[in-house]
Amino acid sequence: MAAIVGYGAYVPKYRIKAEEIARMWGKEPSSITSGLNVFEKSVPSIDEDTATISVEAARRAVKSSKIDAKEIGAIYVGSESHPYAVKPTATIVAEAIEATPDMTAADYEFACKAGTAGMQNCIALVETGMIKYGMAIGADVAQAAPGDALEYAAAAGGAAFIIGKEGIARINATVSFTTDTPDFWRREGQPYPGHGERFTGEPAYFRHVMGAAKMLMEKMGTSPSDYDYAVFHQPNGKFPLRVAKKLGFEKKQVEDGLLCPIIGNTYSGSTMLGLAAVLDVAKPGQRILAVSYGSGAGSDAFDITVEDAIEGYPRQGIRKMLEEKVYVDYATYMKFRREFK
Amino acid sequence: MMGVARYWREIPVRYNLIGKKCGVCGKVYFPPRNICPTCRRKSIGKMEDYKLSGKGIVETYTIIHTPPPEFDGKAPYAVAIIKMEEGCHLTAQIVDCPLDEIHVGMKVEACLRRIQEDGKRGAIYYGYKFKKAED
Ligand SMILES: [Zn+2]
Repeated sequence: MAAIVGYGAYVPKYRIKAEEIARMWGKEPSSITSGLNVFEKSVPSIDEDTATISVEAARRAVKSSKIDAKEIGAIYVGSESHPYAVKPTATIVAEAIEATPDMTAADYEFACKAGTAGMQNCIALVETGMIKYGMAIGADVAQAAPGDALEYAAAAGGAAFIIGKEGIARINATVSFTTDTPDFWRREGQPYPGHGERFTGEPAYFRHVMGAAKMLMEKMGTSPSDYDYAVFHQPNGKFPLRVAKKLGFEKKQVEDGLLCPIIGNTYSGSTMLGLAAVLDVAKPGQRILAVSYGSGAGSDAFDITVEDAIEGYPRQGIRKMLEEKVYVDYATYMKFRREFK
Repeated sequence: MMGVARYWREIPVRYNLIGKKCGVCGKVYFPPRNICPTCRRKSIGKMEDYKLSGKGIVETYTIIHTPPPEFDGKAPYAVAIIKMEEGCHLTAQIVDCPLDEIHVGMKVEACLRRIQEDGKRGAIYYGYKFKKAED
């Protein structure tokens, strides 16, 4: 199948600690951090949104891949926080990397898995020969109502993947597991999402992530021990560890791709940032299982083998980028969210 | 209000720092010019699109405490005159840097950010701002 030619990741520089949010709402900080395994989350600056985050990730991907952006034939941006309801983020990205006008583009929406849905589309377009390179981006500036449980994790960030015939990692297979499950939603015109409280666990996240992972391993004739790394969508720091255990993966297979405890849930960016962090450290011949999750609900699973070409690829060092951070208090966080003028 | 038509015309300049290079003397201009003020008539038809590297240094800066209405709620923020690698100068906001860490001579690089919007119903305008250089 097609391959990952390159990737770029971006997470805003600002952070707020879970204990600062807990302090605001009179909650016990330790019960939050131990309950969610989220210690701090990224906060977009006042002038950052899904488009600017996508552009930053896309530019890094193009630069590292050393390809001519004019050869990118498709750009898909998956997000649940596109800056416009009507006016594609993908067009802004395309212009900012100078890939226009001989190309196709669209915005995707499938809660937190729209970015990996874009990857699948790029794979198909590359496979059929319609395009030479495709770019899929998953990015979000997640919004949670002040005081809502989601507020401790709802974060910002994104990753861009360039798909082509040859590259740094081969995509051996991809499958999806999709059902109609109302675990989380946002109605048109509403600023914040609603959710099914406890309903978000077993019938939603766990059923779909495990369903897709098992389907893929059955198709490939593999078991968890065949993979060096596993990346699962990270709505909090607990679920990906729990789903790994249920599937028979060990903690050490998951750790390199687990970013949620230090940046929060970047929604559409989550699985793709985790995969990017794994590619930052992976060696040729190593195998990766990556499974996204989008509420509503569905999971996309990918079986990936790292190629020799990764040795010459200028890896970004996402964890190093994440060390460059500035903490903000709750009031600054509200200002950055443009909550008051 | 900036106006959608003007914003659209200037997208290459605003997103990708596309200036002009004089084909006669080699001087780079940003924002783009159609005639080189040094070479004048000789430069006509010889001004070529030229993409700036995006790298430069802070030559001088100021902190805005009382912003124009379109930047309400965003102060305080820093605006700098930046000398670009190519020798030209431009004015832009410095972001993602504590205000007391900004200094003359600081190495910066361009990024794309929201500049302003035409209210809640209007267009959102994106463009270059600068942040501390990564390397
Ligand atoms: Zn000249």
